[in-house]
Amino acid sequence: MPVEAADTLESTRSRPGGTLYRGREGMWSWVLHRITGVAIFFFLLVHILDSVVLGISPQAYNAVIGTYKNPIMGLGETALVAAIAFHALNGIRIILIDFWSKGAKYQRIMFWIVIVVWVVLMLGFAPIHLMNVFSEGSAS
Amino acid sequence: MTTIEAPRSPARPPRSKGVNWEKWGWLYMRASGVLLVVLIFGHLIVNLVLGEGIKAVDFGFVAGKWADPFWRVWDGLMLWLALIHGGNGMRTIVNDYAHNRTINRTLKILILAAVVVLILLGTYTVTFFDPCPSGAPAHLLPDFCSTISK
Ligand code: HEM
Ligand code: HEM
Repeated sequence: MPVEAADTLESTRSRPGGTLYRGREGMWSWVLHRITGVAIFFFLLVHILDSVVLGISPQAYNAVIGTYKNPIMGLGETALVAAIAFHALNGIRIILIDFWSKGAKYQRIMFWIVIVVWVVLMLGFAPIHLMNVFSEGSAS
Repeated sequence: MTTIEAPRSPARPPRSKGVNWEKWGWLYMRASGVLLVVLIFGHLIVNLVLGEGIKAVDFGFVAGKWADPFWRVWDGLMLWLALIHGGNGMRTIVNDYAHNRTINRTLKILILAAVVVLILLGTYTVTFFDPCPSGAPAHLLPDFCSTISK
């Protein structure tokens, strides 16, 4: 059913067009959640085929997984982990909004907590992973 | 004065009888999400962070992990939960953007087919994986293979 926006949602900014949702944390978290979800899904489709190669031969699998170890792919893996970390943390935020009685009230601060925790996780992860992929030689 | 549509208008009007599948799907997204946080973070820590990370991953590494049924169950759970979660999420997105009936149905059939095929392939792999395939060069296999007589 259509809702009369101007009457029900008070603008929280002086600039026209801003409402409680549009252009704010609620909308951006949704956009990012959707984009990261799709990206992870397509990765997963290919990733399962990686493991299927295990059944072909050890040589074939090592060739496939070897492509994960070059620096360019290493950057891609860092981006993938960044996407997953955001999707997972924001997913917990969505679940809290739905099931915790105060969830909706704190949705905006929870978005910023998601961002801070995400930054901390990535600061921990990225140097370790990049050092692995940019260092010479392979462990095997 | 602007009028806006109610968000998340269903692709089809809700049914009044029978099982409310949309509701169970909604609940599944949340329940699987909680489990996936643990499963995927664990997966990434073991395969990317510990030891030499990705540089250590090869056939021998996987054979070592899958020698323990614990990691086979872990990966199997992750496989089913993530694919169904992702597939159902993709269905929501298709319903949001693909308003043409034929395109909408085609995309959803493709998603369903991809999910079913990959669950079958992945389950087969994780169940019947052989860490010591005969004829493979020994240096590519985990150490314990040399002590098993085939
Ligand atoms: C760059 C990051 C990743 C690397 C290097 C990686 C590596 C691997 C490896 C080596 C295996 C073989 C079994 C094992 O070690 O447990 C595997 C299996 C698996 N991975 Fe990942 N993984 C990554 C990210 C992910 C993500 C993000 C997901 C989930 C969305 C995922 C889901 C799975 C599943 C479901 C299996 C089991 C496949 C099967 O049953 O055939 N992986 N992965
Ligand atoms: C790491 C743990 C994860 C958590 C906590 C999580 C949580 C969630 C939640 C709560 C939703 C919202 C569902 C709704 O609006 O009804 C969602 C949507 C979605 N998730 Fe995940 N998820 C996780 C992992 C994944 C993975 C591995 C994939 C891909 C295979 C994925 C793909 C998606 C997609 C495509 C959507 C739909 C987005 C949309 O409707 O805008 N998620 N997730």
